Amino acid sequence: MRTRIRGARILDPSSGRDEIGELDIDDGQIAELDSGATPDQVIEAEGLWLAPGFVDLHTHLREPGQEYKEDIATGTRAAAAGGYTAVCTMANTDPVNDSPAVTEYIRRRAHESAAVRVHVIAAATQQLRGEIMSEMASLASAGAVAFSDDGAVIRNASVMRRVLEYARGVGRPVIAHCEDLDLRGSGVVHEGASATCCGLPGSPAEAETVMVARDVELARLTGAHLHIAHVSAGRSVDIIREAKESGVRVTAEVTPHHLCLTDEAILNYDTNAKMAPPLRTARDQEALRQGLADGTIDCVATDHAPHAAYEKDLEFTAAAFGVVGLETALPCVMELVIEGRLSALDAMARLSTRPARVLGLRGGTLETGAPADLVLIDPEQVWKLEAVDLHSRSRNSPFLGRELRGRAMLTWVGGHVVHALDGDGA
Amino acid sequence: MRGLLGIQDLPRTEIERILDTAEAMVEISQREIKRVPTLRGRTVINLFLEPSTRTRVSFEIAAKRLSADAINVSSSGSSLSKAETLADMGQNLAAMNADVLVVRDRTAGVPKMLADRLPMPVINAGDGCHEHPTQALLDVFTVRQSLGTLDSRVVAIVGDISHSRVARSDIHAFTKMGAEVRVAGPPTMLPAGIDVLGVKACFSMEEALDGADVIIMLRIQRERLEQALFPSVREYSLTFGLNLRTLALAKPDAIVLHPGPINRGVEISGEVADAEPSRILDQVTNGVAVRMAVLYLVTGEQA
Repeated sequence: MRTRIRGARILDPSSGRDEIGELDIDDGQIAELDSGATPDQVIEAEGLWLAPGFVDLHTHLREPGQEYKEDIATGTRAAAAGGYTAVCTMANTDPVNDSPAVTEYIRRRAHESAAVRVHVIAAATQQLRGEIMSEMASLASAGAVAFSDDGAVIRNASVMRRVLEYARGVGRPVIAHCEDLDLRGSGVVHEGASATCCGLPGSPAEAETVMVARDVELARLTGAHLHIAHVSAGRSVDIIREAKESGVRVTAEVTPHHLCLTDEAILNYDTNAKMAPPLRTARDQEALRQGLADGTIDCVATDHAPHAAYEKDLEFTAAAFGVVGLETALPCVMELVIEGRLSALDAMARLSTRPARVLGLRGGTLETGAPADLVLIDPEQVWKLEAVDLHSRSRNSPFLGRELRGRAMLTWVGGHVVHALDGDGA
Repeated sequence: MRGLLGIQDLPRTEIERILDTAEAMVEISQREIKRVPTLRGRTVINLFLEPSTRTRVSFEIAAKRLSADAINVSSSGSSLSKAETLADMGQNLAAMNADVLVVRDRTAGVPKMLADRLPMPVINAGDGCHEHPTQALLDVFTVRQSLGTLDSRVVAIVGDISHSRVARSDIHAFTKMGAEVRVAGPPTMLPAGIDVLGVKACFSMEEALDGADVIIMLRIQRERLEQALFPSVREYSLTFGLNLRTLALAKPDAIVLHPGPINRGVEISGEVADAEPSRILDQVTNGVAVRMAVLYLVTGEQA
């Protein structure tokens, strides 16, 4: 079956293409344009953008073990609704994904229930304890695309060094959540004026920057590919920029919430503004935006972290860390487009082409013959986020009630429609 | 008045209205029969989820002097120790038709969290390191009693500012009333961004007390030693303790306040605590009047 999308602004960062045109989907792939071929279906898409489906490098799908927060089916439906066609699921499941059996289980469950492609990130150390490295070679054979202990943090620099060395041999990157847990102490928000006003324990930006500096130096030592998760501090951007200039194999991501919010969001004790790393100052936010625009930060990643309402509806210090993000990433990035900080093509690159390249995943392109992983976007649609709109099993979004601009209208994975916004006529 | 969560959002006129109401309450506590029927039939729940004697007793006495029924709920033995969430517990108390909820908790933001969910007025009796509004009101009341106006007075707050809800509420209250506020302590005890609150941070008693009209000493907690915020009680006492020598750095007629309980010989010497400039026991007396005023105002002033 041949589907033709007509009249859209086609944005393909992999080739630099940015023009009004047509694109055909046939047999699950992006097909050669053939004006002689009669399409079975035509989608009129004037005023819309057509881009490669988004790729999220940092998703917590929670399955196995915490299906009350999210599972592969609900999490990937949320992804599809946000314009994502692939997500990378983190290893802090229960049981921890530190064995080929768990990796294979997740891949099988994804095959059975996922709306989008699911790539598996495995633990860097056994049980996320930061002591003995996981069986990275076996995990890579089972399909793991990267290794990370994420928020568990490898405290011991020697262990981190060995993990990086070994991962290099296996040909996979190590994703680091850079946070010095001793320096963070009991901190739950950024240490600064907002924390002081609220009387909440703070964690300084340096809890991140000292670990970014450590891990960048260890990447330099080992020659491994280090990917820095959810950069939140302005100084981290400087350290990464300098490391890249001196040839270290380092890449980095930033979350939509760190791009669009500051620590002032905690002033009313909204636990949906509680995450690790915390929201920081307007100055940090500006540095993150600059870093994303100039390429120091390679891509946007959501750190989609669903939690049940009862885990958030608690005293601020007791509430869980983390927010959902898959369904609001696009409007967050659109904010930078509207402000003129990113071109449309660059925005799509940071959501699709670049994250795919960071982990060497397929996707992020509209080239003929590539799988038809696509998203059709209404860049002008203004919508107010209500809890009922979310496809995720959890509702812990800091953007609830906010007016957002930009929305995924249709999402295809391998040529199949996995998301169609009601009322768009598709 | 729709509850009292903090001083930060309270306009000066509201502070003055509470203080003026408290003036009228002082006299009740001086009578032989210390009780008026103002809040008869009202139920005040004192939900104290962090141990406290002084503030809880002060609220209890305030409620009883207004003839309200005061019920004390403390953390040990409450359903919170059975893993009920705070929001659920609050809803249960509301379902029993309590008229006022007085809350003390070790976590900042808890009174606001309850106020957002419950129909009755909530009074913050101290939340974590955030605010302790009735303490600040009684401090301002006490200073006003001694010095008259607060305009252009210099108030020095000395101690662990980072972990002090009293300091935050006092900063807001005294600043709004026109005073100049300084905070002092070792830098490990001064919070990041304290300047946004409009105060001057000082690292020595000499700097903090020079020209001070009011000295507010905060209790030093020994558990901060474990957090490596200061090296020893001895050194703290030497550098930031108030004694007859350091008291002389302030104005000759300066007065001394302390929210209590005091550590004699640590942050304040016995000579100073018991001396003429000390207003520590006046604070306790005034605390009852101020809390009576707040209870009266949040229940709608019908009398």
